[in-house]
Amino acid sequence: MNITEKIIARASKRNSVSPGDVVFADVDKLMIHDVSGPGVIKVFEEWSKKGIQLENVWDPDRVWISEDHFVPSADRISAENITKLTRWAEKYGIKKHFKYGLGQYGICHTLSHEEALVLPGEFYVGGDSHTNTTGALGALAVGLGHTDIAYAMMHGRIWLKVPDTILFNLIGSIPEHIMAKDIILKIISDIGTDGANYKAMEFGGNAVSKMSMEERLTLTNMTTEAGAKNGIIEPDSITDDYIRQRTSEPYKPIVGDDDRHYVDEYTYEIDKLEPIVAKPYSPQNAAVARELQGVEINKAYIGSCTGAKLQDLRSAAQILRGKKVKIRTEVLPAAQSIYMKAMKEGLIDIFMQAGAVVGLQHAVPVVAHIWVYWEKMRSASVLPTGISQEGWGTWNPKPTWHRLWLLLRRQSKVK
Amino acid sequence: MTLKGIVHKYGKDNIDTDVILPGPYLKIHDHDELSKHAMEGIDTNFAKKVSKGDFILAGNNFGCGSSREHAPIALSHCGITAVLAPSFARIFYRNCVDGGYLLPLEIDKTALEQISDKDTLQINIENNQISDFTNGKNFPIFPFPPLIKKIIDSGGLMYYRE
Ligand code: SF4
Repeated sequence: MNITEKIIARASKRNSVSPGDVVFADVDKLMIHDVSGPGVIKVFEEWSKKGIQLENVWDPDRVWISEDHFVPSADRISAENITKLTRWAEKYGIKKHFKYGLGQYGICHTLSHEEALVLPGEFYVGGDSHTNTTGALGALAVGLGHTDIAYAMMHGRIWLKVPDTILFNLIGSIPEHIMAKDIILKIISDIGTDGANYKAMEFGGNAVSKMSMEERLTLTNMTTEAGAKNGIIEPDSITDDYIRQRTSEPYKPIVGDDDRHYVDEYTYEIDKLEPIVAKPYSPQNAAVARELQGVEINKAYIGSCTGAKLQDLRSAAQILRGKKVKIRTEVLPAAQSIYMKAMKEGLIDIFMQAGAVVGLQHAVPVVAHIWVYWEKMRSASVLPTGISQEGWGTWNPKPTWHRLWLLLRRQSKVK
Repeated sequence: MTLKGIVHKYGKDNIDTDVILPGPYLKIHDHDELSKHAMEGIDTNFAKKVSKGDFILAGNNFGCGSSREHAPIALSHCGITAVLAPSFARIFYRNCVDGGYLLPLEIDKTALEQISDKDTLQINIENNQISDFTNGKNFPIFPFPPLIKKIIDSGGLMYYRE
């Protein structure tokens, strides 16, 4: 069995499982945020009308909540959702509630690793499609809808179909101008936004062994854009160091057997790759940055669970150091702790000196952009096929930002 | 189980949840209100032209994109009882089954090509068959795996007992 199958076998208390098996598995961790949370509460309300009451959450210590998408609330419904979520969490004794303006908070997926809320070998379900991100820690991390999350919250179990796994063998040295984002965009442009539908995407090879945890997280994060059920990387010493800097909680790492099986294998020689940009409106619509020299850029956004980890901010700062921005540029570190680390390293200073605005993590820019682009496409009758693989609407700057900087530099948009 | 209704065809592949229920309406949790915006990303008249018991026919990977359960809720509250497509995105498929909202029925390419917009269909889940009354043809449905069929028969995951 490979790592995905072994985690499912452990969680479903079986000696072995094979792709295609449908099993019930025990959940180790569960996440909801300020969009999925109210949806889950709504499911409980509907159930209670039909006589099914939620007496207790199966294990309140294994559940955590993040306020990250509609904070600070820009309208009444969003504000009410936050209040509803807070009351609900208090009622069921959920203490790990990361609140806006109350200590550590940030994007749910960022918190999952920054706070080591999920550990290697665990089965983790989240009410968000990018839950896949956390698979970089060697966990089985799967995104689910409201009803599934509600069921898991009540019973601590959920059904799963054991997926086929595709192995992506990343080999060779990683040149300085190549980041994990280039690699995953290259993969998505090759296999397509449905290329891994229902499947697990596992990353291995000596290039992955050398990669930092944050870069690995970019790979697994965007497996969602290829339709994957989960993205996963076997835990190693880099994983352990990362976890140990954050928690002393014990865990049992799981790796694949020697005779593991994959439905497909791809090999990528990383030193041969070029920087890549995903053009609108699909992450599959990739082009090497070199071919986009003449494209004018109107706005820049450095944010999101993929693009605003500490290492991402460092790369952006490297380009902006001592320069001035010429277009509106927003920087939103993905969590409060990342913001603080960036501040200590002087990165925030570099961004602000350059004239960029540095904000706290919140989804207002993302949500605002959705309207603009969605309206635009609708009026232009462009059918938005496969465009919102990002989870938040028809346009999301996430896949492209750090390549934008390369373009900016080449176009001398940055002085 | 037998269903009968009119089919609304959107033959494209990769119709995502942002087309089925656009992002700006995500904070709405009232089901009737949501249903007014169903399929607004591809057809702004959809909610008005659907009757109770109707179907959607679509291309590959229907429901891809974000995990929002708002999408199947909006469709089912409009009256849609089944979506027919060669393949579905994973979370959308689960949401349909587990919430007991509507049936995600996997069909083959021939059915997608030969069934036309506004055809009257009768769908028999036990026999895994679609009868198109408009063109007189029959098409197969891929059967549900046993556990999934049990969840459907229970009326959704909440009623299912292991
Ligand atoms: S992909 Fe965007 S919307 Fe989704 S969790 Fe990450 S930052 Fe938030």
